[in-house]
Amino acid sequence: MKFNPKSKPLIAALAIVLLVFPFVTDALLGHGWVRIADFALLYIMLALGLNIVVGYAGLLDLGYIAFFAVGAYTYALLGSPQFGLHWPMWAVLPLGALLACFFGVLLGAPTLRLRGDYLAIVTLGFGEIVRIFMNNLNAPVNITNGPQGISLIDPLQIGDFSFAKTHELFGLDFTTVHLHYYLFLGFTLLVIFVSLRLQNSRIGRAWMAIREDEVAASAMGINTRNIKLLAFAMGATFGGLSGCLFAGFQGFVSPESFSLMESIMILCMVVLGGMGNITGVVLGGVLLVVLPEAFRHGAGPLQLAIIGKVLIDPESLRMLMFGLALILVMLWRPAGLWPSSMHRRELEPDEAVAYQEQETVYDASR
Amino acid sequence: MTLPDNTLLELSGVCKHFGGLTALSGVSLHIRQGEIYGLIGPNGAGKTTLFNVITGLYQLDQGTFKFDGNAYVRCKPHLLAQAGIARTFQNIRLFANMSALENIMVGRHVRTHSGIWGALSRNASARAEERAIAERARELLHYVGIQRPVNTLAKNLSYGEQRRLEIARALATEPKLLALDEPVAGMNATETESLKILLQSIRSDGITVLLIEHDVKLIMGLCDRVAVLDYGKKIAEGIPEEVRRDPLVIAAYLGGDSDSPLPQAGEGLGVREAP
Repeated sequence: MKFNPKSKPLIAALAIVLLVFPFVTDALLGHGWVRIADFALLYIMLALGLNIVVGYAGLLDLGYIAFFAVGAYTYALLGSPQFGLHWPMWAVLPLGALLACFFGVLLGAPTLRLRGDYLAIVTLGFGEIVRIFMNNLNAPVNITNGPQGISLIDPLQIGDFSFAKTHELFGLDFTTVHLHYYLFLGFTLLVIFVSLRLQNSRIGRAWMAIREDEVAASAMGINTRNIKLLAFAMGATFGGLSGCLFAGFQGFVSPESFSLMESIMILCMVVLGGMGNITGVVLGGVLLVVLPEAFRHGAGPLQLAIIGKVLIDPESLRMLMFGLALILVMLWRPAGLWPSSMHRRELEPDEAVAYQEQETVYDASR
Repeated sequence: MTLPDNTLLELSGVCKHFGGLTALSGVSLHIRQGEIYGLIGPNGAGKTTLFNVITGLYQLDQGTFKFDGNAYVRCKPHLLAQAGIARTFQNIRLFANMSALENIMVGRHVRTHSGIWGALSRNASARAEERAIAERARELLHYVGIQRPVNTLAKNLSYGEQRRLEIARALATEPKLLALDEPVAGMNATETESLKILLQSIRSDGITVLLIEHDVKLIMGLCDRVAVLDYGKKIAEGIPEEVRRDPLVIAAYLGGDSDSPLPQAGEGLGVREAP
């Protein structure tokens, strides 16, 4: 994905839309939807992190939520009555990201020789191990407070500016969900920037080479061990960052937020949107957060209006539709909703293919 | 045995077993700087195994392996690539979903240095390096004679172009020794001829070439020296003309202790015919 200078007006328009979005949504749909947008941004950060591991380096990681958990618990333990620590946000955020990065390398190292299915199974196991650890680390020494989780976590705060209070600016009320929206948007843009820069670099090419053919990559002089660990580390860093923000936003963390289902959900965002393509992954993240919520809110009233009673529980209908959507996408758009330009190029009969066909005809006529 | 000073690659007594199967038993050979060295032998003779040993994909069980004056035991492929051995594969192994240019740019990885920080900051040195990588990749694409849009996906190239792209990618690593595993397999006579010209020009650039090939005409016309492998053993070595008349070689290819004369240059050694 590259922005050409001509699309500057487009970028400006996009920026305005993103800036006014929470207020418009608030006015049209209500407060709850701004909160959903906040969560969507957190998920987009996660999906972009996983995209580095799965989309760029081709390493199928089913335990990615573990890094989200590491970030969230780092923030929770250093900013809650649990240990009586109240570290400032600007210190905890980098620390959480760094710790997640460390865990990324730690969990990545034993899996270096594994590929495909085997890698997926082992990472799945690691994800569960982290969650179960959080669940059981309340005895003999109570660290994580076990299944009860940690509550009363400090809100995100920069200096005296708390994101948990309503501030008035330019005659507008910036409530806590609005403020978090802007904060998360900033971090999401940072993550997108980093992803973009990495994608078109020597490191990014090395990741893709490993994805395409690991043996050939190593024969071309790529240190596959280091480059794979780097992918795990970068992906985990984004996960940890997102986890910290999640803990500060939610004010409460417990192990059940970090189940396997969450890992799969994030993987779905990456795959559904278009592996390896940042725009696709963002789209996947938005859709997979917003659509289920829309179903949750819309399915009940809709059934009442049409058949007069609620026949199917909106909650189960949500999962049903989710599964259906995935199947349809895999059938009709196997490369994702918005595949990377590479993949799109191969689906269109373009110049190169025409050239090849012409050549084949030429060969045959000889 | 004293070796000439200009030895680039030296193998002595190399053995490789896979379970009960002996793929290489006591193979010794030396390749001199600047020559084109052919490696032939019937299917299953151990040629590709030898390739995998010298490029680090397999570790040898016995024997020694010296390259450019240094001994390599249990060495990772990327370190051998760094030392200056580049290879192509018998079954083309390009990065199929990357463009032709990107494939070659990956080959530059081992000679360039910018890391995460360079990628994120895009500082002057990182940008200069990136430009140089792209520039060199374009040159190489042109050098091997691929006239296509540079962003054509590798998998959309024709078969002959894929073979050439693999060579270009290997050349991008600035090798001292270029190891080619059956580069003309499946090519027609015209394509073979133009590849021969390419290989000669690579040699004249000072790169030593090690070649596995079944096409006898190519081997005879191109190689300075040839070694013949059979059942994991080296049965002959020398200039192509000598090797072609060696009774052991004839027996290996035609089976038994045949007196029948070897086919003339231009015909396959009873294994594969050039189309």
